[in-house]
Amino acid sequence: MKPYLAVVAARFRVHVQYRAAALAGAGTQLFWGLIRVMIFEAFYRSSTAVQPISMAQVASYVWLSQATFAMLPDHVEAEIRDTIRDGNVASELLRPVDIYWVWYCRCLSFTLIPTLMRCFPILLLAGLFFGLKPPPSAAAAAAAGAALLGAMLLSSAITALVSIGLLWTISGEGIARLSFAAAYLFSGMMLPLPLFPDWLRAIAVALPYHGVIDVPFRLYLGHIPPSAAPAALAAQAGWIVALVLAGRLLLKRGLTRLVVQGG
Amino acid sequence: MTHSVWQQATFRPPYVLGVVWDKSHTHGGTRQPGLARADRLRCRPSGILWPMPPVVRVERLVKTFQIAERRPGFGGALAGLFRRRYRAVRAVDGISFDIDPGELVGYIGPNGAGKSTTVKVLSGILVPDSGICRVLGRVPWEERIATVAQLGVVFGQRTQLWWDLPVLESFDLLRDIYRVPRTAYESARDELIALLELAPLLDVPVRQLSLGQRMRCDLAASLLHAPRLLFLDEPTIGLDAVSKLAVRDFVRRLNRERGVTVILTTHDLDDIEALCNRVLVIGQGRILCDGSLAELRGRVTTQRCLTVDLEDAGAVVDCPGAVVVGRDGHRVHLRFDPVQVPAPEMISRFVSRHAVRDLFVENPPIEEIVARLFAQESARKP
Repeated sequence: MKPYLAVVAARFRVHVQYRAAALAGAGTQLFWGLIRVMIFEAFYRSSTAVQPISMAQVASYVWLSQATFAMLPDHVEAEIRDTIRDGNVASELLRPVDIYWVWYCRCLSFTLIPTLMRCFPILLLAGLFFGLKPPPSAAAAAAAGAALLGAMLLSSAITALVSIGLLWTISGEGIARLSFAAAYLFSGMMLPLPLFPDWLRAIAVALPYHGVIDVPFRLYLGHIPPSAAPAALAAQAGWIVALVLAGRLLLKRGLTRLVVQGG
Repeated sequence: MTHSVWQQATFRPPYVLGVVWDKSHTHGGTRQPGLARADRLRCRPSGILWPMPPVVRVERLVKTFQIAERRPGFGGALAGLFRRRYRAVRAVDGISFDIDPGELVGYIGPNGAGKSTTVKVLSGILVPDSGICRVLGRVPWEERIATVAQLGVVFGQRTQLWWDLPVLESFDLLRDIYRVPRTAYESARDELIALLELAPLLDVPVRQLSLGQRMRCDLAASLLHAPRLLFLDEPTIGLDAVSKLAVRDFVRRLNRERGVTVILTTHDLDDIEALCNRVLVIGQGRILCDGSLAELRGRVTTQRCLTVDLEDAGAVVDCPGAVVVGRDGHRVHLRFDPVQVPAPEMISRFVSRHAVRDLFVENPPIEEIVARLFAQESARKP
């Protein structure tokens, strides 16, 4: 475990140097959060139909997702991308570590550290002024906590898999864009999944992105009742295992066919 | 640190003791590559005949790459979208060599000769098509993690350190990655810091280091886990003269005083000349020469260079047995064969015929020797 934890710790030390980036990130997400809440307000006021999720719940959902925006698996990990692009994979392989777990840990730190640095000011301000409500029960809070942890691991597994995909393309620009679009739409970041039309929601729920934003925050709201939490968490765990295995397999195949640039 | 980490029992397996320190077989330039391994062992005056497995054993190693062929023009590019033609390139074509503990081997050859491919196979990054390869007794690609744990690698062109982290933190991270016990790590680190004069650099982020500073840090980083085998891939590339000398001096001490086996690939033949007792020359995927520098010279040419500064710049130079190959004012460059005319006789012959201000005899530069070796080799092949 130690080498892998050391990778996370090293990333942490690098990231905490970027305080300005964290502040700017928090500010941007706060601003977008306000806009999103206002749009939903307008939407709810203009309609008299009963919505599948209440306005108060939507506001909390929006603020929680804004606070954990950095957790969205919408990117390829920059260091892995650079490593692959300039042929440094060779140097990675020269270290006595399992390269998949090193890359996974990089993805994890890339998700975890900015989230930790940005979420607290947003949660605080949203809780005080902008309508973020506490969870309805201790059970909901506990289930949401567990799902959040799972979401972190799941998001890292997705990022790792997508980043490993770069072994097959040179620039990775296309993969990064596709990944962003899929993550943004199907996680519930753009629009809470309960507001999706049934057919699209069925697709979203069948995808792993569902476990990143939608599951933890609907558990938080009690929109998924705590009694359904074990099933939701099990599905999340299943996705984590499946994606880690897929990532390892893909990496193994990628490395076998790899020709490191340079003679 | 009074007790050096390099002397700890864990550093070298017992079977190497007593032989690593006996460099007589490699330092004198009298290495005999034609002898079988057992004979070579017997040649060593230490008289200890413990079985000593080579650090590296390579036999008939072959590695082929599939290169996608691009057809010319827009039509070709379009066709390439649907069907690609591949061409097999033999980067390494049946090479064999052994490297014993404590050797400092230069591995040279032109770009694309197969140097990097060999090093990548030895470090478990590439899987060869066929052939035998053992590094420290292991098959590197089957046990990559166990093999690389005992390897140190330095690439002159890229750093192993973390760009954003201060040097010392990079070192700490490497300790965790290589799982080095704390006390062993600390003594190795402090010793390397002293040897390479890194103390003023420790708090500097790697991205702010100059190339020479970075190379010294990279050297230290590759040795924190006390590897038994060190690969240096162009360690002096781009360095200024002072830094080059510092790197060479360090590598020499590492090899002679600590018995670390070193494989050095380089284009800088001064590195080879300054450091290596044995040279492997590779070209087009095959070993063209394996022996001491003197042998390499002997195989290509026995000629010596005689450089003379004449008193009279206009004098006509005439000296039987020597050929003028260049002239630059007072300075005249000649070639002669010491087998026909021994060097002392050639000097006295020259001095008796011409008024000489200064004079010296040299071996031909190694660049020329390698170039000739390649020319010979490609002439032999149809």
